[in-house]
Amino acid sequence: MKIAITSTQNIPESTFDLRFGRASYFCIYNTENNSVEFIDNENINANSGAGIKAAEKVIELGVSRVISGDFGPKAKDLLDKFKIQMVMLDDDSQTISSIIKQLNK
Amino acid sequence: MPRRRRLRKIVAPPGFKGYKPYGHRPNSKMVELLYEEYEAIKLADYDLLNQLEASKLMGISRATFARIYESARRKIAEALVETKEIKTVYGNAHMDENWYVCNQCHARFNLPDPTTASCCPMCKSDEINNIITND
Ligand SMILES: [Zn+2]
Repeated sequence: MKIAITSTQNIPESTFDLRFGRASYFCIYNTENNSVEFIDNENINANSGAGIKAAEKVIELGVSRVISGDFGPKAKDLLDKFKIQMVMLDDDSQTISSIIKQLNK
Repeated sequence: MPRRRRLRKIVAPPGFKGYKPYGHRPNSKMVELLYEEYEAIKLADYDLLNQLEASKLMGISRATFARIYESARRKIAEALVETKEIKTVYGNAHMDENWYVCNQCHARFNLPDPTTASCCPMCKSDEINNIITND
């Protein structure tokens, strides 16, 4: 299963990004082979619709779960339609690697 | 009918249904504390946010927050002084059947596939509750 986690930088030590549509990077964690990949969010500066574009992006990447701080109503609707699980965390001081570690506990 | 206040942000429900005084003459008096009043007390006096931060988190104006907070404090004071039971009720919030909060790690999440196990996607705890959300 692939899990997308919003990230402020493109390394595992980066802190978690609470923004979904305007996250700096998407970390794609593959639970099958334990691999981690960082994808640039090219829509970070979009004037509008960043949330829905981010949702389209993670759908295209084939993830089954997205971990972020919050999701806008349009992104929520689209992710819902594709049966992608949304998880919201409040703590933006945790790192991507600590989140992955928690998932594997 | 009065216009329903809208609480934009989803919040964790209180972890209790009520509080009862003890060591007093039994009575059946009770105050009803709304979920949003509980949330206001939690944000202001437990999380120690200022009223502006707290109102933003609840998605309401600062004036509305101040009113809810004041009402919450008065009800709790009334319960203490008049030895009344406190009962928590939904008020203007309601439970969202598709969204959950984990009692262990406080992650909030939906369960899009009803066939999967109902547990927290972060810590796998099965102590999860429906979330309170807006209309
Ligand atoms: Zn949990």
